[in-house]
Amino acid sequence: MTASELVAVAAIKEGKYALAFPEFGAERRGAPVRAYTRITAETTLIPRTPVLEPDIVVVLDSGLLGLPDVLQGIKKGGLLLVNTKAKPSELRARLGCSSDIRVATVDATGIALETIRAPIVNTAILGALVRASNVVSLENIIEAVKERFPGRVGEVNVEAVKKAYEKVEVG
Amino acid sequence: MAQQLLKKKLALSSNYAVAYAVKALDVDVIAAYPITPQTHVVEKLSEFAANGEIDAEMIHVESEHSALSAVIGASAAGARVFTATASQGLALMHEVLHIASGMRLPIVMSIATRALSAPISIWNDYSDVMNARDTGWIIYFTSSAQETHDTVIQAYRVAENPKVHLPVMVAYDGYIMSHTVEPVEVVEKDEALRYAPKKVTWPKLDPDQPITMGTITSPDWYYEFKYQQVVAMREALRAAEEADKEYGRMFGRSYGVVEGFMLEDADVALITMGAFANTAKVAAVEARKRGVKAGVLRLRLYRPFPRDAIIKMLSNVSAVGVVDKAISFGAPVEGPVFNEVAGAFYSSDNKPVLVSFIAGIGQRTVLVEDFVSMFKKLLDYAKVGRGPGESIYVGVRA
Amino acid sequence: MGSLPKWNELPPGGIILEPGSSLRNKTGSWRVIRPVIDQEKCVRCRLCFLYCPDAAILEVDEEYTTKAGRSYTVTYKVNYDYCKGCGICANECPVKAIEMVPEVA
Repeated sequence: MTASELVAVAAIKEGKYALAFPEFGAERRGAPVRAYTRITAETTLIPRTPVLEPDIVVVLDSGLLGLPDVLQGIKKGGLLLVNTKAKPSELRARLGCSSDIRVATVDATGIALETIRAPIVNTAILGALVRASNVVSLENIIEAVKERFPGRVGEVNVEAVKKAYEKVEVG
Repeated sequence: MAQQLLKKKLALSSNYAVAYAVKALDVDVIAAYPITPQTHVVEKLSEFAANGEIDAEMIHVESEHSALSAVIGASAAGARVFTATASQGLALMHEVLHIASGMRLPIVMSIATRALSAPISIWNDYSDVMNARDTGWIIYFTSSAQETHDTVIQAYRVAENPKVHLPVMVAYDGYIMSHTVEPVEVVEKDEALRYAPKKVTWPKLDPDQPITMGTITSPDWYYEFKYQQVVAMREALRAAEEADKEYGRMFGRSYGVVEGFMLEDADVALITMGAFANTAKVAAVEARKRGVKAGVLRLRLYRPFPRDAIIKMLSNVSAVGVVDKAISFGAPVEGPVFNEVAGAFYSSDNKPVLVSFIAGIGQRTVLVEDFVSMFKKLLDYAKVGRGPGESIYVGVRA
Repeated sequence: MGSLPKWNELPPGGIILEPGSSLRNKTGSWRVIRPVIDQEKCVRCRLCFLYCPDAAILEVDEEYTTKAGRSYTVTYKVNYDYCKGCGICANECPVKAIEMVPEVA
């Protein structure tokens, strides 16, 4: 949720129109939740509905890969980004992912434990997303993270963003 | 205008957009009780108060009944007041809603609309506000975080208008808007106060000039006070139009009390409110690609009901669907807004085919394609020359 | 009803703009039995004054000396303009100094 919102915040900083919203099961940290972000530069006419044909799918917990519908609807040329220790090629083989989808992986949990000292991957994953997709700029994501988490908490989160930006692998 | 475009936009949910509006309006007293999905409004306002960014008395009460009672007292004493709620909270306030409007107090309340129990649902529909439609409050339904922000500011100008003096609800979709982050241009305090100056235009409790409020009225008197409310509500329509025009002049954004989208040459149209509007507009564009001349009428002001504007805007449409996000159990047709639209057209010379759609109950997802199907159905009914006579339940497993 | 004000001649919301206008509404006429205080028996305990739901017992700065020679600096009287004759004062009086007397014979 936080991740989807921060992407929207960064996009709005870039003068784009963006909508980010969660689809709740329950408001509990750690419970599975789907969140959607739509970004456009052309129009403000965006449907307020779940994204069924995503350009990018970001999976924050590799445990969710077991669910059948993670890749459902993803567009050709789309990107799948997963928080995992596995290499993109390993993941691609495991999921039977078609070659017209790009696969990126990053050990966001490891980075979060190292930098934030807690397994909270919302910010780390954004660094990887920016590198793999260019959907928004690294500067604006860092700006958005700093605004959301002022002070020391912000600093370690920015560190997580930067580290994931460096370490993400696309294949 | 160029300057308008350069203004910085913040990424805010509708909940936060409300809080920023209340901040800009220099509200004196805020009383509220937390309830999902409205909680963020009061959370943000508490944060503003704790940081000294607003000079408001925050009263953390023990129930919604008390929340509205507290702001009634403060408003009666001449304070600019605010409260917010949703769902069961609005239901618990119900008797006090009538007291606020009957006492003619310019209270503004935001509602992050949510379904009513039982069974428990924390998700969105309009059951809560539809339940409160005859309480004598002015009711807006907004469609974006920006509009929610702007409408809260407009609401004070309307409520405090001496010809009106009625409380106002600003309703927006729980989660679908309350928790959705989008760009909002925030109005600053000096601008907001120039638009809606702080001036006590209503009778207030003052020890130096005592008056009596909350009296008992015998059958010889009660009726006249209710008729005053009828007249005030009629005036509210003009006041809302004026407030919106003036807002547009000052801030470059106005919405109308109803909004038409592609209605000029439409054969079929859907009447929607709140968050459905954008999705329905996208569907209208899509339906036109498939040869259906579709349009959308968005009802922004629900009380007072802009009857004449609706009839006029739909004068050339042959079939009109009303999409209701609430159920009026046992009603002639179960869509509450449908019944009002039908009532409005009854006395009109021009009577399009009318169809009632029920959708989005308990936040059941309604996709663009679902709206396209509604447009197609309307075309079929237009050909036959009559509607189905009962509500169509979109997306129910049947 | 022709003489009552029209809807637009009334202040909004049922408010009453004139302070203390209820003084004109003399409820004493509702009374069927009236309290009469026996100043000889009254011990000036103030209970009638406190219990009266209409504030119709008056505490007056008036001296009174009983036949037995006991002196008081105050005297309790009934404001018959507003006393509705409920009898609470007579019921509460610990020395039975208040008698409820029929208004009309």
